[in-house]
Amino acid sequence: MNIPNPAQSIGVPKPLVDGPEKTTGKAMFAADFQTQETLVGRILRSPVAHANIIAMDTSKAEALPGVLAVVTEADCSDTYGVLPIAMNEWALARGRVRYRGEPVAAVAAVDVATAQRALDLIEVAYEELPAYFTAEEARAEGAVLLHDDKPGNIERDAEFDLGDVDAEMAAADLVREIDVNCAEVCQVQMEPHAAYAEYDGARERLLIRPSTQVPFYVHKMLARTMGMAEGHIRVIKPHIGGGFGSRTETLQSDLIAGLLARKTRATVKVVLSREETFITHRGRPESRIRMKVGMKADGTISAVDFTVQQRGGAYSGYGIVTILYAGSMIYGLYNIVSARFRGARVLTNTPPCGAFRGHGTVKTRFAFEGLIDDMARELGLDPFAVRRANLLAAPTMTENDLLVNSYGLDQCLDWVEKASDWQARKGKMPANKGLGMACSHYISGASKPKHWTGEPHATIHLRVDWDASITLLTGAAEIGQGSSTVMAQCVAETLGVDMGRIKVIASDSALTPKDNGSYSSRVTFMVGNASIDAAQNLKARLVEAAARKLEIPAADVECLGEVYRGGQQDQGLTFEEVVMEALSGEGTITVKGNYDTIPESWGGRKYRGAAIGGTMAFSYAAQVVEVTVDPHTAEITVDKVWVAHDCGKALNPLAVEGQVQGSVWMGMGQAMSEETAFHEGLPLAANMLDYRVPTIIESPPIEVGIIEAADPHGPFGAKEAGEGSLSGFLPALTNAVADAMGVRAADLPLTPDRLMELLEKKARDERGAA
Amino acid sequence: MTKQTAKTVLSLNLNGVVRDDVIPDNMLLVDYLREKAGLTGTKIGCDGGECGACTVLIDGRPRHACLTLAATCQDSEIETVDGLSRDSRLTALQRGFNEKLGAQCGFCTPGMIMASEALLRRIPDPSEADIREALAANICRCTGYVKIIEAVQFAAKELAA
Repeated sequence: MNIPNPAQSIGVPKPLVDGPEKTTGKAMFAADFQTQETLVGRILRSPVAHANIIAMDTSKAEALPGVLAVVTEADCSDTYGVLPIAMNEWALARGRVRYRGEPVAAVAAVDVATAQRALDLIEVAYEELPAYFTAEEARAEGAVLLHDDKPGNIERDAEFDLGDVDAEMAAADLVREIDVNCAEVCQVQMEPHAAYAEYDGARERLLIRPSTQVPFYVHKMLARTMGMAEGHIRVIKPHIGGGFGSRTETLQSDLIAGLLARKTRATVKVVLSREETFITHRGRPESRIRMKVGMKADGTISAVDFTVQQRGGAYSGYGIVTILYAGSMIYGLYNIVSARFRGARVLTNTPPCGAFRGHGTVKTRFAFEGLIDDMARELGLDPFAVRRANLLAAPTMTENDLLVNSYGLDQCLDWVEKASDWQARKGKMPANKGLGMACSHYISGASKPKHWTGEPHATIHLRVDWDASITLLTGAAEIGQGSSTVMAQCVAETLGVDMGRIKVIASDSALTPKDNGSYSSRVTFMVGNASIDAAQNLKARLVEAAARKLEIPAADVECLGEVYRGGQQDQGLTFEEVVMEALSGEGTITVKGNYDTIPESWGGRKYRGAAIGGTMAFSYAAQVVEVTVDPHTAEITVDKVWVAHDCGKALNPLAVEGQVQGSVWMGMGQAMSEETAFHEGLPLAANMLDYRVPTIIESPPIEVGIIEAADPHGPFGAKEAGEGSLSGFLPALTNAVADAMGVRAADLPLTPDRLMELLEKKARDERGAA
Repeated sequence: MTKQTAKTVLSLNLNGVVRDDVIPDNMLLVDYLREKAGLTGTKIGCDGGECGACTVLIDGRPRHACLTLAATCQDSEIETVDGLSRDSRLTALQRGFNEKLGAQCGFCTPGMIMASEALLRRIPDPSEADIREALAANICRCTGYVKIIEAVQFAAKELAA
């Protein structure tokens, strides 16, 4: 007899479940929705960086034929924002503008040209205030406050002192310090922000399709801004053209689309230009970091003392979280016995920053990994040896109470060392070529949600009906990272059925259970676990039905995925037969699965904000970068990257590779070419020619090693794969440049002009010494 | 309402279908495709010529639809991603982008596939350098391009078989 095997869905490469839509052009993104009646929404933005709004007259715009509505702050019921304690932004500026490009009014009109003319007819009188474009200016004594409740223009000071830093520093064999300055960078997801909003005037209901990573938060903020009952709003997330954190908070364009739709009682589409998408921003803040490390002669790190100053932009956004991550994530990668942190998140008259992939951790990691590389050289130690001297032993709790249950950094180091042939090549590279390495890590979801309600972290519904197909209902936001695919894999694997049985319906507030969204690499871990829980609950129901039909005890039922049977001699029941039995007398089955974090993962109480960094599991990564530097132009070519990433278990090795390659490459752009720049608050690089995202020409081969240090709590042992390997690229690159050219880059991006200055200074110093 | 601009009767062959449309002279090809013809597969990712998401084939050559006036396409053959898989079967390139994960978020994918389509028609067995050159005007923010190159290589191999 042919013995059926349960289908395997985990650990094998799987194309994305929505791949066919994306490759045929059928995938509908927010801007793709259109009817003959759809109105065009356009936003009027502040031309000044800091001013009181003295008067606004919209009457001429309203009188223009073809204009259906003009909205201003008067149409907004409340502020919005990210953290419940820091919602200080309006969808449309109220009384004051705080950065150039801040939305002040918006129109809905029959076509683009009319909408644009209407914006020109809106009259706004501004009384300008002193504006601050650097953190230092904003912090200066006597500076005008951007927000009355934020003295010193400090959004948040953060600090901790753990262990005896001074004593450990004094006992160290080598103490060194570095000052780094990293430019502000922008996510530049390929899809400009867009929202498609339909208002049902007869029932006073809003339906909106926003380009967001967090439909649930958009839902909440729409209700708050519009003064509507949450139950009167339906949010459907369409296909999303990337996010990388730019859409982990509600954007004004989402709210403005809702306001315009309600006021016109019609359908309005708001699509931002690329320039507006840059201004909307929510990228990684410009950061100045002073990092001091004490090290023993054997490479053991004894103390870390560091300050971080972030230029956060004009509003709170994620600011408090970002500055806390910049401190807390010094832990969790290596064994750090003592550390002192002083952080300042500063309010400035620039577009607000947000949560960019690797949130808060990237620039601290850059400073740290560059510094210890120099210290290793000074102590005559191999960079790998220094990392190995400071490994954690899992399971453990870090000094700031972060739970580390699984730890594959040692294996990551072994893999990249071997793959890059480091020991044979390091120190023996030809002129102007170099090798550099660095490590990094990231959380698998923040263990405490931003809105603490007592609900589980994740909930999944599975529905089985007469056709024996399984409908997976999830609120998790598929943004291209493959969340829908990983959910389907988890359910298929648990039931042993082919993935083809599973249809995923994601992110429609009228159909799918609530989910917090796609950020902090939470989805695979949290929603994956909820998917497994749901599938186990479904399996129990099916086994029960099979037992009834086979007239045997449930404990004797063998589930082989497509066949349920009583024993080897039993022909058994097909999946369809089991489903029909389960539906008998019962009707369509819906089961639920939940996931919650454990209190041990919630972070500590040793300092204010110590919950930030708390997670169920950390991913780990190590990478080696090989570069060639042109000594005449100071142009850097990245020849090759070897990266190993510990994701616990690669649920989908194809997607893990894609995520790791994308992370490393995104780190490369930040390290080498990407920089938002402002002149008096005016963005100088708000397009994709001046803001240099790497093209395919200069992008290197990236070889990925998957390390699987299974986490006891992870879904099938899995941890995050989409962020942890980003931050390591930046120091690995500058370490490679140091190896090739003998200069330490402290400012990013390391453009040819910045590197040329370092090379010229080195030549001058050498001439001076000779 | 804004005064209407001068108009042209545009006749062209769009994905194998001949059609006539009355269009404003200043209408961009990408707006014609998306708004007039209702083919939203072609994407707009920038403010003009920066990203390549709108790449279509005009008489077989890859072009930015956002930098082309529709009225200049009189009697042309236009091909977009929407028309590639005519009988609902994926083409070799579409299979490559799907199976090799050349598409993550999928927003650059239509442009990538059309630029690759033009390449494979010109050079059926492209080297890696050929692929890089052919896709140099197309930005992807998800993949780091590694799997895009593999997707095109997959398609070339399939077509040769």
